Amino acid sequence: MNYHWDWGIFFKSTGVGSEIYLNWFVSGLGWTIAVALAGWIIALALGSVLGVMRTLPGKLLPTIATTYVELFRNVPLLVQLFIWYFLVPDLLPTPLEMWFKQGISPATSAYLSVVVCLGLFTAARVCEQVRTGIQALPRGQNNAALAMGFSTAQTYRFVLLPQAFRIIIPPLTSEFLNIFKNSSVASLIGLMELLAQTKQTAEFSANIFEAFTLATLIYFVLNMSLMGFMAWVEKRVRIPGMMGGSK
Amino acid sequence: MSAMISINNVSKWYGDFQVLTDCTTGVKKGEVVVVCGPSGSGKSTLIKCVNALEPFQKGEIIVDGIAVGDPKTDLPKLRSRVGMVFQHFELFPHLSITENLAIAQVKVLGRSQDEAREKGLKLLDRVGLKAHAHKFPGQLSGGQQQRVAIARALAMDPIAMLFDEPTSALDPEMINEVLDVMTELAQEGMTMMCVTHEMGFARRVAHRVIFMDKGAIVEDCDKDAFFGDINARSERARQFLSKILQH
Ligand SMILES: Nc1ncnc2c1ncn2[C@@H]1O[C@H](COP(=O)(O)OP(=O)(O)OP(=O)(O)O)[C@@H](O)[C@H]1O
Ligand SMILES: [Mg+2]
Repeated sequence: MNYHWDWGIFFKSTGVGSEIYLNWFVSGLGWTIAVALAGWIIALALGSVLGVMRTLPGKLLPTIATTYVELFRNVPLLVQLFIWYFLVPDLLPTPLEMWFKQGISPATSAYLSVVVCLGLFTAARVCEQVRTGIQALPRGQNNAALAMGFSTAQTYRFVLLPQAFRIIIPPLTSEFLNIFKNSSVASLIGLMELLAQTKQTAEFSANIFEAFTLATLIYFVLNMSLMGFMAWVEKRVRIPGMMGGSK
Repeated sequence: MSAMISINNVSKWYGDFQVLTDCTTGVKKGEVVVVCGPSGSGKSTLIKCVNALEPFQKGEIIVDGIAVGDPKTDLPKLRSRVGMVFQHFELFPHLSITENLAIAQVKVLGRSQDEAREKGLKLLDRVGLKAHAHKFPGQLSGGQQQRVAIARALAMDPIAMLFDEPTSALDPEMINEVLDVMTELAQEGMTMMCVTHEMGFARRVAHRVIFMDKGAIVEDCDKDAFFGDINARSERARQFLSKILQH
């Protein structure tokens, strides 16, 4: 292969304004983080509510949550994204539709679509983790809390969820990483996140290997930092005297 | 003496399987009643019906004048007035001993943090564990955890206490430290319903003994009659007694 490696490419001008290619990567990383974090907040909040719903007595609430999970887990992510970006705006009330299509910049509308899409998609996965965590607790904990006079809501808030969330930190960590990886779908609706900026650099400069090597490196460092952060969280909330905790 | 707990013709089914059959008994104010019987005879189920941790389909249970089975009954409120101690302690592992003692006082009874803390410490002192206030449940022995669990129930100023085999998960050398606390409680006039196979405790402390078999109350008599005139007891009760009194 007769490829001309040039690692200096990232400091060269893009020819667009006064930017160098590195600026593109930084801005792409910024969008990636903004998409993933906002999506994660939705996923964590909604997923927790759904996970609790699946463990409640009765039929209606568990069925609603189960249906949600099946729907959002079984439709491919890309299909969901296109639905949110191309279909849903047409179904909105006219003022909202106009706002979405003309009132905000194309980047903002793409951003909103992808955040909602990833948030709702990941919520289904978080839901399953939360449910598993709650169900892993000894049944006696629920009884003990109720016997003290706690309402069902208080039982979840003070007894079940604090324990369940501690148990599921490892699987939640991988969902957290997944939402960062999945955020690359945003490039398909024109949001200039990390992958889109990488492709653009590759096209503009023809230094395709350098561009993708740098992108890989950034994703890698990002994931390692997130794992480090979650490990820190896990350590901070560790219960003394429990498995793996300090005596 | 008036009836604190009265159980009238209670029957309960799990699907087709009848767990309780026409159980009728009661516990008077200040009375200590021991419930015994072979495994699977429905002792736990009966005692859990008293504070509505288990629903029942037929009959009625009245606790301090309040009908447990009445859909209008405020169950959290009722439960907050009845203490319960479980076989596996069921302390909340993510909370320190101090917090375990305080949380329901604060969240259910609306006491201030300081008041709850102080009350908790006083009771902790009473069960001989004041020095362990800052620890977590996982850092205590089984016997210590069960004494904390008793203190936690007492912190709610209960009108009666339910015990479901409080010593059967303990190593032999720890059984007495828990029985001593229970004995002291009984001597102070606490109304107690105790599922236990500790016949020494029953002999010393109980006023009445109930023997259950296959979901029915087979014997319900004075302690002295129960242990005194063994030949007047039913065949099943005699078999059971001879088996557990051997060790
Ligand atoms: N959730 C349930 N569904 C179906 N059957 C149950 C359920 N809980 C208990 N049972 C059955 O009800 C019967 C009574 O159980 P219970 O726990 O009250 O017995 P127990 O006298 O407390 O026994 P042990 O001494 O083993 O604690 C048992 O045959 C048990 O298998
Ligand atoms: Mg039992």
